Amino acid sequence: MLSLNELWFVLVAVLFTGFFFLEGFDFGIGMSTGILAKNDTERRVLINSIGPFWDANEVWLLTAGGAMFAAFPNWYATLFSGFYTPLVLLLLALIGRGVAFEYRGKVEKASWKKTWDIVILLGSLLPPLLLGVMFADLIQGLPIDRAMEMKASFFGDIVNFYSVVGGLTMVVLCLVHGLLFATLRVTGDLQARARRMARSLMVPLAVLVVAFFTLTYFNTGIFEAHGGILIAVLAALAVAFMLAVVFSGKKKDGWAFGMTGAVIALAIATFFIGLFPNVMISSIDTAFNLTVDNAASGHYSLKVMTIVALSLLPFVLGYQIWSYFVFHKRVHEKGHLEY
Amino acid sequence: MDVVMLSRIQFAATTIFHFFFVPVSIGLAFMIAIMETMYVVKGKEEYKQMAKFWGKLFLINFAIGVVTGILQEFQFGMNWSAYSRFVGDVFGAPLAVEALLAFFMESTFIGLWIFGWERLSKKVHALCIWLVAIGTILSAFWILAANSFMQRPVGFTINNGRAEMNDFLALITNGQLLLEFPHTILAAFMTGAFLVAGVSAYKLLKKKDVPFFKKSFVIATVIGLVASIGVALVGHQQAQYLVKTQPMKMAATEALWENSGDPAPWTVTAFIDTENQRNTGEFQIPYLLSFLSYSKFSGEVQGMKELQAQYEQQYGPGDYIPPVRTTFWSFRIMVASGTLLILLSMYGVYLAARKKLENRNKWFFRLMVFAISLPIIANTSGWIMTEIGRQPWTVFGLMTTADGVSPSVTAGQVLFSLIAFVAIYAVLAVVMAYLFIRVIKKGPYAAETQPETSSDPFDKEEYRHAIS
Repeated sequence: MLSLNELWFVLVAVLFTGFFFLEGFDFGIGMSTGILAKNDTERRVLINSIGPFWDANEVWLLTAGGAMFAAFPNWYATLFSGFYTPLVLLLLALIGRGVAFEYRGKVEKASWKKTWDIVILLGSLLPPLLLGVMFADLIQGLPIDRAMEMKASFFGDIVNFYSVVGGLTMVVLCLVHGLLFATLRVTGDLQARARRMARSLMVPLAVLVVAFFTLTYFNTGIFEAHGGILIAVLAALAVAFMLAVVFSGKKKDGWAFGMTGAVIALAIATFFIGLFPNVMISSIDTAFNLTVDNAASGHYSLKVMTIVALSLLPFVLGYQIWSYFVFHKRVHEKGHLEY
Repeated sequence: MDVVMLSRIQFAATTIFHFFFVPVSIGLAFMIAIMETMYVVKGKEEYKQMAKFWGKLFLINFAIGVVTGILQEFQFGMNWSAYSRFVGDVFGAPLAVEALLAFFMESTFIGLWIFGWERLSKKVHALCIWLVAIGTILSAFWILAANSFMQRPVGFTINNGRAEMNDFLALITNGQLLLEFPHTILAAFMTGAFLVAGVSAYKLLKKKDVPFFKKSFVIATVIGLVASIGVALVGHQQAQYLVKTQPMKMAATEALWENSGDPAPWTVTAFIDTENQRNTGEFQIPYLLSFLSYSKFSGEVQGMKELQAQYEQQYGPGDYIPPVRTTFWSFRIMVASGTLLILLSMYGVYLAARKKLENRNKWFFRLMVFAISLPIIANTSGWIMTEIGRQPWTVFGLMTTADGVSPSVTAGQVLFSLIAFVAIYAVLAVVMAYLFIRVIKKGPYAAETQPETSSDPFDKEEYRHAIS
């Protein structure tokens, strides 16, 4: 039986998985407005394809943050203060991006739209890059001292070769995931080009994924601690990846999209499995690691939050899934484009 | 400047900015829900146009509320990590519930509402905006539950050097919350109402779409009147609660250095000398402070000097007097704005009831346009009083603001983020104002879809078109 601390660790992992699966394709769509769309209409179609969803998808990140705060205050405190500068950049990107979606279509002026297009592009590129870097750092270990304070240098501790590979992998993974989402939401030439671009990115993505996990093997201690299960997860990840390639080749877009989603979920799973039972690894002394026990809230608080979370989550999932059902029709350039 | 001061400035700046938009969102969502319900019930196209037009302003405003809200959740951990460690066990819970219960609801149903006009039945569509409105109110409840804990900590025990929750029910039935929540929500309804009333007044002055804006104006002033009176009534309860729970804040709000004497007069204005701890040129109304504090015309209110001595005994040496001038004046600005709002909405309702909403009330309509800013001024000064008046504490009696700051973050980092956030917020404010004015100028019956032209200069068609 899971302890409450372990359950909350799993819940945080699930929230991040949900976030990367859902907001992952939003980021991908955002990037594709810059590289796939040929003109304004196509950009609008792409943005509208995530129009009703992106805001709720982003809430998964907020909920993950809130869950960390409530269940693991020390994790929340160390991570958010330790990653101060990357988080400032992340916030700037998310702020700009959210407003850009809403405002871009409000004025029919080329310069207006061009400006917001740049914001959307940067706002969709930076978050997966920064979050990929941060997740890689988490399993690599960070200078956390006895008082649980993380005093990390921006270049070196946070931005280093390994973490940058992690960040780039996340970016390309989100891009492919987003392009495959586009194949489900748009029609005609744009759909065909999205499929083609997704396929052409499979090889670079494979190279990045292999490079990242190879580096992970040498750079981090997670395989020593969890070798057996991690190998199994990575094997599943490899299978999902190959199936994504096969399905996209056969134009089975839904299946291909599901498979890149599985790749994302399994990649996030490797992070959390690798971390467990730690939540942050100290590069100074393993005795300073933050764990699911020393970073957690008290038993009472966890119990209350468990009851609240487990009774609310079914409703949240229910209406979110319903909203995808309501907007299951593809976005057409001749239809009404809200954004 | 040191990291504590910079972090405080950043928190204040970003929170105040965020809270320009939040009450507008809460208030507008509620009003749009009412308008769309009238459309469903009465079936008149005009109400649908109303929901759509005010909905446009709502969405422009809502977007900024949402994105600036992300920062709010992050900066407890980013800038106040020692605080987060100390109270996370208690304080984190309402924040997590807010995300799970309110943020998901708002964001999902706003998507359904924006994109669902053609896809959902009338009733389900109206239900969506109600769920958005309820979501915004729930969001306020949970974040205020967290804030109330900072004003009056309840439902916890100190264990291993940190606050640990031991009574969730106490946390959400905190007396502070039961007053702070209705006060804030009613103020939000008032804010939304005066925005609608002010914009309507502007259009009535211009004689544009008169029936449409007359109707909007009536709905808005009625809600504005009820809400602004409600805010004042709850506010009176809050003052009495404040005397009991945070007497120092009360004393600072009244610039009361010595005990007031019985009965206590209310100081309307004064020159406050914080150096020598005395006031000059006080203008006072007898009995009124007793009434504000105890709802009767007798009773003494404790002064800051005595409380300072008391706190030194209780919490050890230190300066427990908050910035008096800021607390004193922010309260007066809030009360003055609130009073003005009650009077304005009363007159508006009077005119509407007597069917005298004609263009000859030019001065009144002009006043109403100006009055769009009043609730925002009142909201801001009310929060400044609440938060500055609690200083030096971040959690009253438990932790000082200076002790809450992140030890691992440098002043340079905070300076960088402060400049970055202020810059991006300034841009957002300008862009938003521009879009607001555009939508208002266009009015409710502007063509829904503009002619579709490609505006990409690198587009071949566009290029050909341009050179021909």
